[in-house]
Amino acid sequence: MSTVSETTHDSAVAMSAPPSADDGMPAADLARKYGLAVSGARPSLPEYARQLWARRHFIVAFSRAKLTAQYSQAKLGQVWQVATPLLNASVYYLIFGVLMQQSKGMGIGTYIPFLVTGVFVFTFTQSSAMAGVRSISGNLGLVRALHFPRAALPVSFALQQLQQLLYSMLVLFIFLLGFGHTPQPSWLLIVPVLTLQFVFNTGLAMILARLGSKTPDLAQLLPFIMRTWMYSSGVMYNLVEALKKAHSPHWLTTMLSANPAAVYIDLMRSALITSHKATKHIILPPHVWALAVGWALLLGIGGFVYFWKAEEQYGRG
Amino acid sequence: MAEQNIIDTTSERIPTVIADDVHIVYRVYGGNTGRGSATAALNRIVRRKPGAGVREVHAVKGVSFTAYRGQAIGLIGSNGSGKSTLLKAIAGLLPAERGKVYTDGQPSLLGVNAALMNDLTGEKNVMLGGLAMGMSREQIRERYQSIVDFSGINEKGDFITLPMRTYSSGMAARLRFSIAAAKDHDVLMIDEALATGDRAFQKRSEARIRELRKEAGTVFLVSHNNKSIRDTCDRVLWLERGELLMDGPTDEVVRAYEKETAR
Repeated sequence: MSTVSETTHDSAVAMSAPPSADDGMPAADLARKYGLAVSGARPSLPEYARQLWARRHFIVAFSRAKLTAQYSQAKLGQVWQVATPLLNASVYYLIFGVLMQQSKGMGIGTYIPFLVTGVFVFTFTQSSAMAGVRSISGNLGLVRALHFPRAALPVSFALQQLQQLLYSMLVLFIFLLGFGHTPQPSWLLIVPVLTLQFVFNTGLAMILARLGSKTPDLAQLLPFIMRTWMYSSGVMYNLVEALKKAHSPHWLTTMLSANPAAVYIDLMRSALITSHKATKHIILPPHVWALAVGWALLLGIGGFVYFWKAEEQYGRG
Repeated sequence: MAEQNIIDTTSERIPTVIADDVHIVYRVYGGNTGRGSATAALNRIVRRKPGAGVREVHAVKGVSFTAYRGQAIGLIGSNGSGKSTLLKAIAGLLPAERGKVYTDGQPSLLGVNAALMNDLTGEKNVMLGGLAMGMSREQIRERYQSIVDFSGINEKGDFITLPMRTYSSGMAARLRFSIAAAKDHDVLMIDEALATGDRAFQKRSEARIRELRKEAGTVFLVSHNNKSIRDTCDRVLWLERGELLMDGPTDEVVRAYEKETAR
């Protein structure tokens, strides 16, 4: 392809429309005169929050769609929503309850719900983080095709995980009842615990979404970080007891039991498992509710602001 | 159509989109030309070779123009000349490396394809696509029937309640266009949408674009079909290798473009 001669170029640029006072005016002045705004500029923080709220129906619809699309090719379809956590918990029962007869001094009837609660609660945070890190980099097509506050994506993915968790909680209730734990008023505490954990997870997903959009490699690294986090949060055992047995320093015990995953797991356990045998094994760290609220606010607000700061850059390759 | 627009533009020229020396650079990971093995990649990182694993693609190089209310502007040029990229920059979807794009209201790119999910039914996709474009649930419910009718999906049976993965490519494209065209836009940009579907659907979509253009301030159309450019546009921008080669009335530019490509 050769270039067109300069003369054609020049004559064509001057449009055939009549001359007006605006001709030759610098672009910025012309834009100001007619009230045009820079396309793709980042809105102010309150305006951004308002825009995000205006898209709440999209966020909910998108998370539901992702959830149902997950199992739409399977013959059993949406039955897998419940079957997956049920099988998950059954495997733990088979290995720890039947084969290894391990109960960490709590008895099988308490240890299995103890373990399953830990696994489900941690999985909620883990899968929100994993979905969050890919929420921008894995949806570039959507980001480059449509205009919406980008925070809608990580929020939507966290919401999808919350819905997934609700199915898991159903399984957990079946296990609790099956092991002879009767519903207590304290079970109502799971509502505030889940709300706080959801806010925490959403903030985490937003932070990871921004990091993952710049450095997609993070998605490869994250599983290892998450596994380290899981082992240091007492998902499978009582954290404080295990650390005492290993003669760990006091500060380490304090630090690990104040980590958000451990806090939410402990709160959930103490709300659900109230049998006499369990009480001495589920030790809540001091100021546990303050920690739960603090982590949720820190990550929720911090993550939102952190994500918003790069709003205009998402979508750049 | 054409006459009506000349009257519009002569009465008062109100700019709706101003592009001021816009440059767009894509960064592509893993697009390096070196050997693709793990050791080779590690070697590059260790030696701190500049831009290991990253390549920059300068897709649009300093394009400036002003679009006015009532104009329908076609974008032409060979594959990879930066047409679609420029549209995305106008829509604010791709940040400009240098230069600025000023717009009146929020320009929308006609392309909900990315929001739709193949595993969902057409019905649910209409809802999801509409919400993604920023319509309210009530608006979508109001227009649901007209979207389905326009797409013609249900002409051959009740296909709208089947998952989209069971659709033929033509049916899927028709549904996508119908969803996207259901909304009214200030500045509307269409990327090769006219090439989809059978002849009857193409006619319907051309009519719909003329309608949208009446409601919208300005319409941009990217197409390789010179006929659809001639039919719908009154001004054409010719891009080549990311540079604006020519900007003028449709006839003049398309003729020069055809002369160039015929060689």
